[in-house]
Amino acid sequence: MKKAEIKDLKKYAVKIRKHIIDEVYSAASGHPGGSLSCTDILTALYFTEMRVDPKRPVWEDRDRFVLSKGHCSPALYAVLAERGFFPKEDLLTFRKADSYLEGHPSMKNVPGVDMSTGSLGQGISAAVGMAMAGKLDKKDYRVYAIVGDGELQEGEVWEAFMAAAHYKLDNLTVFLDYNGLQIDGNICDVMSPEPVADKFSAFCWNVLKTDGHNIEKIIESIGQAKDFKGRPTIIIAKTIKGKGVSYMENQAGWHGSAPNKEQRDQAMAELDKVLAELEVE
Amino acid sequence: MADKIATREAYGNALAEYGSDTKIVVFDADLSKSTKTDNFRKKYPERFFNMGIAEGNMMATAAGMASCGKIVFASTFAMFAAGRAFEQIRNSICYPKLNVKIGATHAGLSVGEDGASHQAIEDIAIMRAIPNMTVISPADAVETRYAVKAAIEHEGPVYLRLGRLSVPVIYDESNYKYELGKGITLSDGNDVTIISTGLMVHAALEAKALLREEGINARVIDIHTIKPIDGDIIVKAARETGVIVTAEEHNVIGGLGSAVAEVLSENYPVPLIRVGVKDKFGKSGKPDILLQMYGLTATDIAKEAKNALKKKVEK
Ligand SMILES: Cc1ncc(C[n+]2csc(CCOP(=O)(O)OP(=O)(O)O)c2C)c(N)n1
Repeated sequence: MKKAEIKDLKKYAVKIRKHIIDEVYSAASGHPGGSLSCTDILTALYFTEMRVDPKRPVWEDRDRFVLSKGHCSPALYAVLAERGFFPKEDLLTFRKADSYLEGHPSMKNVPGVDMSTGSLGQGISAAVGMAMAGKLDKKDYRVYAIVGDGELQEGEVWEAFMAAAHYKLDNLTVFLDYNGLQIDGNICDVMSPEPVADKFSAFCWNVLKTDGHNIEKIIESIGQAKDFKGRPTIIIAKTIKGKGVSYMENQAGWHGSAPNKEQRDQAMAELDKVLAELEVE
Repeated sequence: MADKIATREAYGNALAEYGSDTKIVVFDADLSKSTKTDNFRKKYPERFFNMGIAEGNMMATAAGMASCGKIVFASTFAMFAAGRAFEQIRNSICYPKLNVKIGATHAGLSVGEDGASHQAIEDIAIMRAIPNMTVISPADAVETRYAVKAAIEHEGPVYLRLGRLSVPVIYDESNYKYELGKGITLSDGNDVTIISTGLMVHAALEAKALLREEGINARVIDIHTIKPIDGDIIVKAARETGVIVTAEEHNVIGGLGSAVAEVLSENYPVPLIRVGVKDKFGKSGKPDILLQMYGLTATDIAKEAKNALKKKVEK
């Protein structure tokens, strides 16, 4: 990956963070914290790795993506809009009654959304089904998904992990957005899923670790996952909930609340500053 | 006595029969010998997937597969399909209207000896309340075969309610026609109408014979598609016979009786009596004995038909 390209990706990530803030601000509801924590992963996937065509959102041979932690739709919608699946202006209609941008991703309404999610635990199963279909049809598309670390508390996630290993789905790569927080606080205080890496290994997955905010490293991990044969890969991505907006970082309170005007302006100023720095770099 | 075949058996056979279409994929949750999806597995092992004892995951995985163009039949007992996996069916299958067909066997009390934990008497109520869902409850092996075919041809989710018990074959292959959403008038009559579904259709026909001995001429209707329900055939029966008895192997709350009551009260109110499980859990026992204990026999239907006649208001 050339330096200029990485810089472009970083710029996209900042733009996506700005969209997230605007979406949630204009809807006066939504989930900024977890959206900001998975932004860099989504950027790496949609701007470098995934074989998708915005003009043919349901193209049979496309790579698939499932946002199992569906409440982070602001991030997914922002990436899809930046990637050209639908107009960026529409992002400001997020969660409104006359909009197609549902609070949680809806595959029937939103171009580019491959699976309807929102009920935690189910998206990962759907991703397993897509990967199984790919194997059955001997297609070379890949399936990606992001699960939340709180989401790991859902038993269905482990049913899905078991099935993916059983059917040797090496065309499936799952990111764990490991930000350590869920609604009621620290995941280890609410219901610890630790030791996560050991659990994934015990479930016969190929386990990788990465910095979930370092786009180069994320891309490197995706490459390793693609090369690994015979097992699905989980990439444990260390992240910060609320990443990029100072007052939101590591605050469980920003899981599902919208900024007010002043907070929105501050977030935009902070993100614009990063963008300006990237321009002169 | 006609042949007796369980609808689950007819289901497995139909999957094998129509399974040559490579779009068809079958999932099971460690019950393939009982749900009879094993009949499909034997013929098309490459398109059969055992998903283990994990029904919620099975349903959402089926949704993912269906999103890639497959027609997925996902089977387990009705209890674990409609019960355990309700929310996966609702959110991952019905909300995005994906092509998953749920082959739910061992519905109702006729499961028998396994008892209450395995006897789904709420599944029709749960499944028909979900938008985009079609609910089918065939009466015999012939109807099941064509219901499977109709489910394959129908675009979107389908819940197929099937039984464990061998039941008499009512229909003749040579002139049977399955039309999704259309009830079948099995026998005409103008005094009272018995509207039934599943294995109770045969009991309804027997009830008709009992009533005939007393000079009562009952109409018998088979509602194989509970949703969308055939409102026309129900309203016509109400208009022409004035009273209705419903018969189902399901709780009287939320099932066929409720669906018929909804149609009647909004369109053509007439007295209605619901024969079904009276809001109680089942129990272990031989299927025939349980059906007697819970008031689900031809005699029970005939008795309620006579009670219904007493309520008849001449219009
Ligand atoms: C089945 C289900 N239960 C509860 C919720 C409500 N809910 C939405 S987000 C959330 C916390 C998710 O935490 P995590 O997976 O860590 O996501 P992140 O912190 O990355 O946003 C909960 C409990 C839900 N959407 N689905």
